[in-house]
Amino acid sequence: MMADETDIAQRGLSRRRLLAGAARAACGAGILGLAVGVSAERAKAVPASAIRPPGALDGDRFLSACVHCGLCDRACPYKTLRLAGWAGDVAPGTPYFVAREVPCEMCEDIPCVVACPTGALDKALTDIDKARMGIAVVVSPETCLNFLGLRCDVCYRVCPLMGKAITLERQHNVRTGKHAMFIPTVHGDQCTGCGKCERACVLEEAAIRVLPEHMARGRLGEHYRLGWEEKRKRGESLIKGIIDLPDRGYTGGPVRGPALPRRTPDGGFKGFKP
Amino acid sequence: MIVKMNRRDFIKTNAIAATAAAAGLSVPATLTKAAAPGEDIRWDKAPCRFCGTGCSVLVGTKDGRVVATQGDPDSPVNRGLNCIKGYFLSKIMYGKDRLTTPLLRKTNGKYDKNGDFTPVSWDEAFDVMAEKFKDALKKKGPTSVGMFGSGQWTVWEGYAAAKLYKAGFRSNNIDPNARHCMASAVAGFIRTFGIDEPMGCYDDLEHADAFVLWGANMSEMHPILWSRLTDRRLTAEHVRVAVLSTFENRNFELADIGMVFKPQTDLAILNYIANHIISTGRVNKDFVARHVNIRRGNTDIGYGLRPSHPLEKKAKNAKKAKGSKPMTFDEFKAFVAEYTAEKVSKMSGVPVEDLEALAELYADPKRKVVSYWTMGFNQHSRGTWVNNLVYNIHLLTGKISEPGNGPFSLNGQPSACGTAREVGTFAHRLPADLVVMKKPHRDIAEKIWKLPEGTIPGKPGYHAVLQNRMLKDGKLNAYWVMCNNNMQAAPNLNTETYPGYRNPENFIVVSDPYPTVTALSADLILPTAMWTEKEGAYGNAERRTQFWRQQVNPPGEAQSDLWQVIEFSKRFKVEEVWPADLIAKKPEYKGKTLYDILYANGQVNKYGLGEIQKGFDNDEAKHFGFYIQKGLFEEYAGFGRGKAHDLAEFQLYHLARGLRWPVVDDKETLWRFREGFDPYVKPGEGVRFYGKKDGKAIIFALPYEPPAESPDAEYDLWLSTGRVLEHWHSGSMTRRVPELFRAYPHAVCYMNPADATKRGLKRGDEVKMQTRRGELLTTLETRGRNRVPEGLVFIPWFDAGRLVNKLTLDATCPISKETDFKKCAVKVVKA
Repeated sequence: MMADETDIAQRGLSRRRLLAGAARAACGAGILGLAVGVSAERAKAVPASAIRPPGALDGDRFLSACVHCGLCDRACPYKTLRLAGWAGDVAPGTPYFVAREVPCEMCEDIPCVVACPTGALDKALTDIDKARMGIAVVVSPETCLNFLGLRCDVCYRVCPLMGKAITLERQHNVRTGKHAMFIPTVHGDQCTGCGKCERACVLEEAAIRVLPEHMARGRLGEHYRLGWEEKRKRGESLIKGIIDLPDRGYTGGPVRGPALPRRTPDGGFKGFKP
Repeated sequence: MIVKMNRRDFIKTNAIAATAAAAGLSVPATLTKAAAPGEDIRWDKAPCRFCGTGCSVLVGTKDGRVVATQGDPDSPVNRGLNCIKGYFLSKIMYGKDRLTTPLLRKTNGKYDKNGDFTPVSWDEAFDVMAEKFKDALKKKGPTSVGMFGSGQWTVWEGYAAAKLYKAGFRSNNIDPNARHCMASAVAGFIRTFGIDEPMGCYDDLEHADAFVLWGANMSEMHPILWSRLTDRRLTAEHVRVAVLSTFENRNFELADIGMVFKPQTDLAILNYIANHIISTGRVNKDFVARHVNIRRGNTDIGYGLRPSHPLEKKAKNAKKAKGSKPMTFDEFKAFVAEYTAEKVSKMSGVPVEDLEALAELYADPKRKVVSYWTMGFNQHSRGTWVNNLVYNIHLLTGKISEPGNGPFSLNGQPSACGTAREVGTFAHRLPADLVVMKKPHRDIAEKIWKLPEGTIPGKPGYHAVLQNRMLKDGKLNAYWVMCNNNMQAAPNLNTETYPGYRNPENFIVVSDPYPTVTALSADLILPTAMWTEKEGAYGNAERRTQFWRQQVNPPGEAQSDLWQVIEFSKRFKVEEVWPADLIAKKPEYKGKTLYDILYANGQVNKYGLGEIQKGFDNDEAKHFGFYIQKGLFEEYAGFGRGKAHDLAEFQLYHLARGLRWPVVDDKETLWRFREGFDPYVKPGEGVRFYGKKDGKAIIFALPYEPPAESPDAEYDLWLSTGRVLEHWHSGSMTRRVPELFRAYPHAVCYMNPADATKRGLKRGDEVKMQTRRGELLTTLETRGRNRVPEGLVFIPWFDAGRLVNKLTLDATCPISKETDFKKCAVKVVKA
């Protein structure tokens, strides 16, 4: 009987990291399919630079609801928001922000939403963590210092949802042979798009940037499911009554120290007890 | 021909080539030729300027400027990696406000304590300074002059400064900022082993089966070591990591056992582990019988506050803090028996099963364990005790002095070991673990230094915190602060630090590359050369001594600390500083200057300029006319060679990527005190703790005792202070790097969301933090890297705009005299 492969592959990852593991938006690994229907027209209507305030309705709906009053801009205590001028991609008079210059500080009371008279910034947004202004993407892994093995991780630590929206995935550094790499990984289902990571990135051009959601996500075909995720969700194999015959002449795996910690049904671990 | 191009041109050219290649176009030959990288950049090695890890970098210079750095890909410590501070090394010397001339407070062209800083010449600066020092010496004697030095000094800077004070001015009032940093580790080593510094090395990281972090936020403060530790956890399935802290930091991401304990109860947890090892029969009896003595330490030892403080008056053994008496193993067993899992769980707030899991890591004879600690242990009103107590555990189990097994104190500063400790820049120390209190030790120093007997005073000088008290009290009057930022670091700024600097009786000199708050609190500021603007040597936490050559010239009239100390010594005739009867013992010194006696002594000036590597500057050597760094190093190395502190020959360090002492027969020592690894342990001895005469280390029985100040009804929260990855210590270098400033511009107060709600506060609010000593305004953070428990707040101290030391209490470990920056009582209200 072979050891449970998922245990080996995911040893040492906390539950949260495991959960999020499938939802990586940054490092080119699997991307969890969320139903984000995006039309080509909308993509045109919402340029990359238009990172909207928290609670902004979807592209066209926002444009028709926003009356260009500027009250959100005036309510912003951090001078994050600005109103678009006539030049540029963003529809004139509408609020947006440039994360590299002044990111959203994610006020608990969301004064810009409160100030909006039309609902272009949706009053249903009362928990700032649920804001979806955009999604951060590591656009340049070849210059990101952590991908190179250095210990920067500034984006991770500055993230208001540190450990949820951005995690550090640990990998062995084959080149040095004795260091770990901490790969910053954005989880699109958690990222609010506040842009603090882009602002803080120490590179001359940020390696991590906030993009409008439709530009930041891939979409997995609905014809394919991630087996390990389905099994985790179910808490057991999706098929029942399967047997495994013993292997002739094979009594166990290679001896590599003590047994691996076993994962609990919800993907976590029991506390360590020697 | 080398085509000169700047970095931007280079990137541009490469980008053109790449784009063209992608488009299938050919590029004109001249352009590709110009793209050859770095041909006109000279690369040479240096250790990183920041923490005690001692990563090695290659420094690229061009046209007299450091234009780039890279991690040294062949360095055994970091293999080409750096943390984000190391990534910006090339920018730290080029802040806009680098000091380029001496600055003296003046009114109407004359020195005035209340005047404004005015540029002056070095001559004028030293004239005024010498006058003030001579005045103090004449009026009140050697104890009225002092110096606050640094674990960031190069080896020879620390050595030259210690010599100037202890031998020249005959004042032991010299202490390094390392007092704030690892004095408790020193006192712990000396008390338990009779010799300073870790027995192991970084290679332990690849050998251990378990790591226990006791108050060491390695994930941020030792980033490259943390990536080594993480890699061990990642690549060896059986490895376990336990993390102890008073709040959840980023280490907890990796922790198999993560514990947030109530402040000060680490004392109880350590005793519980000893109890667990004994009560479950896992003591390594043979090891204990052969290599260990047991003693009961004095208790109720006070808190290092002023003697007039009620807590000191009440403490029975405030004056006998170091005392101890022998005890038997059975008595020790009975002593720790009260620290049961249940009792300690109640005290610490840590669940019993976590305590047991932690204790088992140590107790399991098959598991190799390394314990790491930094400021959580050392900045502790019982700092020496917690150091002693962790050694107890390693000694009880014999898990020490071999690959993967051992206690290891990490360093915050690049040369806390190499300079502050090994050179002996503390108020009680001399080089190579000698101390001023012992006549035979002073004799050795006086002989090597060619001084008359009785030159070095036998009474320890003022330690860091005491220096500030004595400045305030007007007993220390001429004071030189070099290579540190103590106005931002020292505890209790309002009451105990600032008043001394501004006391009209005192003259304060600060040497620094930048106008720090300390510099701006002084009377005279001396502009200082830094890092690769001079030849240097640092010693990291694993006893690795690393050298570098001068790469560039300092800006303007800035001069190195070495130049400043030695040039200043020329201003003193021996008759002005030594009594006649002392000079009479060495009549040949009559009429000479301290420079002649201390540095032009036939030893320090023995090596000619011809030995300096061709093609490199060495400003100090050129100025003084001899290879001064080599002369100082070789004289200093004479203290330790043959005495278990052997340093290699000077030139070897310029050829090697650092060497771990003792270097004997051209071999480094990785693990001390064990036969086969350590040349000072004879065949057949197995293990010998030769720092003690009988070769035995000491297990100390020491109890839990409460902290000096705890939260109460008014000041209802614990305050813990510390550091962040982006900034180094007080931020005087890293905050001048725009990218690092942007990454973490201002210190924030980390608070538990429930505590915030209780106070009607929300994230982002401006709040006032108040203690009995002072207050500051800052921003409230309820998220982020530090997840504090209810009842505790944390604020980092890197921000000169938010001086956290207005809040902190000047309580110290009474043995090590190191401040407890981790515990005092604070309240936080809406600003």
